[in-house]
Amino acid sequence: MSAPTTVPDEQSVSGQLRHVEVISKKFAVVLTAATVVLLAIVGLVPREGEARFRLSGGSEALQIPSIAVPAMPLAWASVVICVVLAAVSWVLWRSGRRTPWYVGIVFAVVFLAGFLGWAGAGSSNDVPISNLIGSSILLAVPIIFGALGGTIGERAGVVNIAIEGQLLGSAFVAAVVGTMTQSPWAGLLAGMFAGALVALVLGVFTITYRVDQVIVGVVLNVLVLGLTSFIYSQVLVPQADLYNSTERFPKVSIPVLSEIPIIGSALFHQSVIVYLLYLTVPAIWFAMFRTRWGLRLRAVGEHPLAADTVGIKVKSVRYRALLVAGAIVGMGGAYYTLVSVSGFGKNMTAGAGFIALAAVIFGKWDPIKATLAGLLFGFSTALASAMSIVQAPVPSQFMLMLPYVVTLLAVAGLIGKSRAPAASGTAYVKE
Amino acid sequence: MSTTENPRPAGDDHSLATTPGTSAAPAPTAPVGEPENRFSTAWREIVGGSWGVSVGAVILALLAGAVMIAGTDETVRQTATYFFSKPGDMLSAVWTTVRDAYGALLRGAIWNPAGDTLLENIRPLATSLTYATPLIAAGLGLAIGFRAGLFNIGGQGQMILAAIGAGWVGFALDLPAGLHLVLAIVIGVAAGALWAGIAGLLKAATGAHEVITTIMLNHTAYYLLFFLLATPGLLQAPGSANPKTPPMKETAILPNLFGTGFPLHAGFLLALVAVAVTWWLLERSSLGFSFRAVGENPKAARVAGIDVKRTTVYSMLVSGAMLGVAGATQVLGTSTTGFSTDVDAGMGFDAITVALLGRSTPLGTLGAGILFGAFKSGGATMQAAETIPIEIVTVIQSLIVLFIAAPPLVRAIFRLPTPGTAKAARRVRKEVAA
Repeated sequence: MSAPTTVPDEQSVSGQLRHVEVISKKFAVVLTAATVVLLAIVGLVPREGEARFRLSGGSEALQIPSIAVPAMPLAWASVVICVVLAAVSWVLWRSGRRTPWYVGIVFAVVFLAGFLGWAGAGSSNDVPISNLIGSSILLAVPIIFGALGGTIGERAGVVNIAIEGQLLGSAFVAAVVGTMTQSPWAGLLAGMFAGALVALVLGVFTITYRVDQVIVGVVLNVLVLGLTSFIYSQVLVPQADLYNSTERFPKVSIPVLSEIPIIGSALFHQSVIVYLLYLTVPAIWFAMFRTRWGLRLRAVGEHPLAADTVGIKVKSVRYRALLVAGAIVGMGGAYYTLVSVSGFGKNMTAGAGFIALAAVIFGKWDPIKATLAGLLFGFSTALASAMSIVQAPVPSQFMLMLPYVVTLLAVAGLIGKSRAPAASGTAYVKE
Repeated sequence: MSTTENPRPAGDDHSLATTPGTSAAPAPTAPVGEPENRFSTAWREIVGGSWGVSVGAVILALLAGAVMIAGTDETVRQTATYFFSKPGDMLSAVWTTVRDAYGALLRGAIWNPAGDTLLENIRPLATSLTYATPLIAAGLGLAIGFRAGLFNIGGQGQMILAAIGAGWVGFALDLPAGLHLVLAIVIGVAAGALWAGIAGLLKAATGAHEVITTIMLNHTAYYLLFFLLATPGLLQAPGSANPKTPPMKETAILPNLFGTGFPLHAGFLLALVAVAVTWWLLERSSLGFSFRAVGENPKAARVAGIDVKRTTVYSMLVSGAMLGVAGATQVLGTSTTGFSTDVDAGMGFDAITVALLGRSTPLGTLGAGILFGAFKSGGATMQAAETIPIEIVTVIQSLIVLFIAAPPLVRAIFRLPTPGTAKAARRVRKEVAA
């Protein structure tokens, strides 16, 4: 494991502890495995022609023309660089040093360049780089909101399995209220309210009645799924005009920023909820690690008895954290019916809440890392659709499988054991 | 069958370490002795204890369901517009709607009064048990996981893999009757166990959280099945472009228990065997003891000499094997005309509520599985006869679990006495948490 451990030795007699950092070889193993995969793909299925990369998204003033690269030389060049980087990682491990993080990033970029080049070889369609970034964000938005809410809840000591239910419930309420008021803003507020409402039920059962948090979370998911599907079939379908056709948030371009080549339109020509996400992530990080509220929140999640002893009201801190978290997840739910499509559909979140739950754990209960985990998931889903655009010689089902396999490998290979907040999952009984 | 053989080798490994502990295994649900009047204690236990709470929870959930059925009914909503001038209209509309709905639910779940023969009368009950079969088996898988401290959300994936394995043997191989069926079940169970074993192995080897890995394995299994079904020459029925398998061969189909035309198949017996095996495993075997020990406190289990990592892998294997039973009975008994990507029918997730309602005990899971099967069967009739969406059943089911999980709430609503001492109340809470 990569956790720093202290090993007593002769010097410890004199009161000095030598800090020994155990460097994991996981990083090197993962790089090697990825390199072997790329080598196998490129070596076993050689392709011909050029790959064209489209680098502009459409709305920038400065349009970069697509660049065409001979596919196989690009792929082989990537393989060589990947081999070198993996070797560097092994050498560093042998000499007891940690592989710097930027090596990982360079590796990822080179790997993707090689893979995309191979996949797009000879295709009549360009590999849409800019769109790839844009749709990664679009797909990741609800997952990130869900993961942020889950992170807050668990940091406060309440495991939130009900993210899926919160997303679905808020998508439903946002659709109904958004349609009835004909205002997406009202829909967004109602969605946040619905997310908080589900959180309140979770809180009443887990904090007040001290029911097992996992049980309540699972049951709430089922309950919300049943409620929304039932009302959808009974009321929303017969009277779709009245209750289920929302006006969506329009896309807004941010001046200057949206003109940045390649990433401009992907990141800064989006709807309001996406910009809210950009603001929420750093805000939560700041609130959690730099404010009194965050300190208390974490104290209650790690050691509620100690927190209680110094006068923090454990239950009310947990309730407030859950409600804030619920409202944040609610934004993610509203995104479904106010941005993605203009109406509710049965079980439309389709397990995104569980992916968000995975992102919480994957991100080690840290808002920034959970966001990155959500983005990774969005990216691999977007990659799957990009592959089908360029008609890569891979069955589409395997491409659709990709995000899940990537997450699986990433969790098993890179992250490994993750430590939850100590009191997460346990009710606090005041003595 | 492989389910019974699985524990053996593992049990031998740990027998030395755990045998002394087995006899001293604490019975967490041992009744608290009350020296006073036995009859009144029994009464208080029944009304205030888990039975009273369970009945109260069911009543509350049915009431909530009635409110939803009435609230979304067209006639009720029309009569509600003039409620203050003629309240009787609305009240009678509410009564009729709810009576018809729950009447259909009962008719579809237990007893059909329209039948001519007894067999016709109890036909719905047989349908309920058929629906219950995979729920019981899958619920057992979840329950084993819970007892070992693992949250196996991967029921969907494990059922899909079991369906692939059992289904392929069922339609692709030509074997004598009997052997064919046994082989299909064994392969299905093994496939489910191995798929869950991946998650167990990853957790043991790298510490990867089983909630993440099983969710990811669910989606992976779904797309794997989709690929196999969409590719000619694999699972797809020959000469068809639909993503569906050919029908199972006669020799691989679970026989009907009471002749043709009566829906209950031998899969239900298989589920009962699974209940017995699970009971023996958890309560009597040393492997099951190590499961529970690791589930209660992994650190203490390690100190006691139990190999926690190995136990994690084994408990996932056994859990997956039970979900394998569910997947196998589904393709070999219920949908024998071939299956497609929705073969799991959400039962991997339903099983979570079944196991929770059954409080992770084998008998409780059996009861919960039958109850949910009855709801499913009755819900289908209700949807067909009264055009009430079957999702109302999901709402009622989840409310039951929610209320049962919070005994103080139900007691407060029905003003039931709190059973025995504070000690007993704590015990109930502990049971719920288990």
